[in-house]
Amino acid sequence: MPALLEISGLNAWYGESHVLHGVDMVVGEGEMITILGRNGVGKTTTLRTITGILRKRQGVIKLAGRDMMQVPLHRTAHHGLGYVPEERGIFATLNVIENLMLPPNVGKGGMSLDEIFELFPNLHERRNSPGTRLSGGEQQMLAIARILRTGVKVLLLDEPTEGLAPVIVQRIGEVLKTLKERGMTVVLVEQNFRFAARVADRFYLMDHGKVVSEFPVGELPDRMDMLHKVLGV
Amino acid sequence: MTMIFGVPVQALLGQLLIGLINGSFYALLSLGLAIIFGLLRMINFAHGAQYMLGAFAAYLLLHFAGIGYWPALILAPLIVGVLGAVTERLFLRRLYDLDPLYGLLFTFGLALTLEGSFRYLYGASGQPYATPAALAGGTNLGFMFLPIYRGWVVVVSLIVCLATWFLIEKTKLGAYLRAATENATLVQAFGVNVPVLLTFTYGLGVALAAFAGVLAAPIYQVSPLMGSNIIIVVFAVVVVGGMGSIMGAIVTGYMLGIAEGLTKVFYPEASNIVIFVIMAIVLLIRPAGLFGREA
Repeated sequence: MPALLEISGLNAWYGESHVLHGVDMVVGEGEMITILGRNGVGKTTTLRTITGILRKRQGVIKLAGRDMMQVPLHRTAHHGLGYVPEERGIFATLNVIENLMLPPNVGKGGMSLDEIFELFPNLHERRNSPGTRLSGGEQQMLAIARILRTGVKVLLLDEPTEGLAPVIVQRIGEVLKTLKERGMTVVLVEQNFRFAARVADRFYLMDHGKVVSEFPVGELPDRMDMLHKVLGV
Repeated sequence: MTMIFGVPVQALLGQLLIGLINGSFYALLSLGLAIIFGLLRMINFAHGAQYMLGAFAAYLLLHFAGIGYWPALILAPLIVGVLGAVTERLFLRRLYDLDPLYGLLFTFGLALTLEGSFRYLYGASGQPYATPAALAGGTNLGFMFLPIYRGWVVVVSLIVCLATWFLIEKTKLGAYLRAATENATLVQAFGVNVPVLLTFTYGLGVALAAFAGVLAAPIYQVSPLMGSNIIIVVFAVVVVGGMGSIMGAIVTGYMLGIAEGLTKVFYPEASNIVIFVIMAIVLLIRPAGLFGREA
């Protein structure tokens, strides 16, 4: 599997505070990886640094062989990186359709509106509602849907199941499987590794701002005890 | 003579009209301020000076290039708007990450510099600017005499306000603006060039002020201090309407213009302060403004 996203020796700072200490990760094309770790170990920061939102950073980020470190924030999406933040980022002053249509098209192979409404029928019903009138689950669906429309190659997805009812979590799992079938490359941040086990190919475990172990989904059963201990769940 | 609420109808309607005209200027100016504040989070103290620049641009176009009112109505806002965009690009951009006070001080200094320069060049007294021939004269409405130019100001400013509202609330560009107002970083991560959006927004707000300036030129004189006379009232309008609310700025502009006009009929002594009294009451009851969202 050729590497699509390569990260090595990634360091990042919030002001004076050094938060990422040399993160290394390789994500193959069409692969779905999951970053695990307790709160505050740098999972969200890793995604924000890859996207380029956090700009006080050092190291190597390559997308399809291209150096992304010098690319300004408003160009990263055009190179194929799509970011769905943990807080979902649904705009209150925009309705569902406006939220959905907001991100510019950046590549071929994005989903059409029809495909999106097939995958997320709720959004079609609520297309004229203000974005923040949606339930948490619907907001998450909308946050994912609007990135799928744009034709990005890599989806950075931050804790999509957080605070959602089990039936919605299951629905999001199905959506991720559909994406995988379509060949989307996904970097998922999750605390819920049972959910992640259903969709991910590989796991990275982070602690104190660096990757402490990496293993394929097949080794998950053997590592359950260790993960329970490390993640404190 | 017909009386209503103990005052002659003519006086009432006449002041209503004056209120509506003042309200048109308040609405255009507070709309520009609200747009700028919404996205840039910057209080544009130079707004009055940019309104004055619009009037002077029309005056200078006429005197040095022989370009009359109608082309100036488009050209002057364009020129002043581009100057605004350049100002954003060269100066304001460097202040976004600093305390908001820096932006306020910079624009205040800019206003003083502009006003001082024009005062030095043209003196404090105003220059006349003739009403365009097509809009000269007046018409008798039966109950009062309406100068045609003033009717034109009310109509055209309403159209421009509504067009601006449409641009922001109903178009794709407007969706970018509204989204960037809420979360600029995320909109930028989606691939929208937010820095260019900021430049455009400042230019648009400034162009609206300049447009109001051209409209004002035939009514008031073209004077270096015309902006500082009106801008304090406009700030009060923005505060009453709610910072950053587009429709709020428009409606409040007309409303307070009319309130001021009516006060002139019923209690003239209070007409200069009525807007500030309303502002104080609104701040006590609804600190976010009549149309503002609670932060």
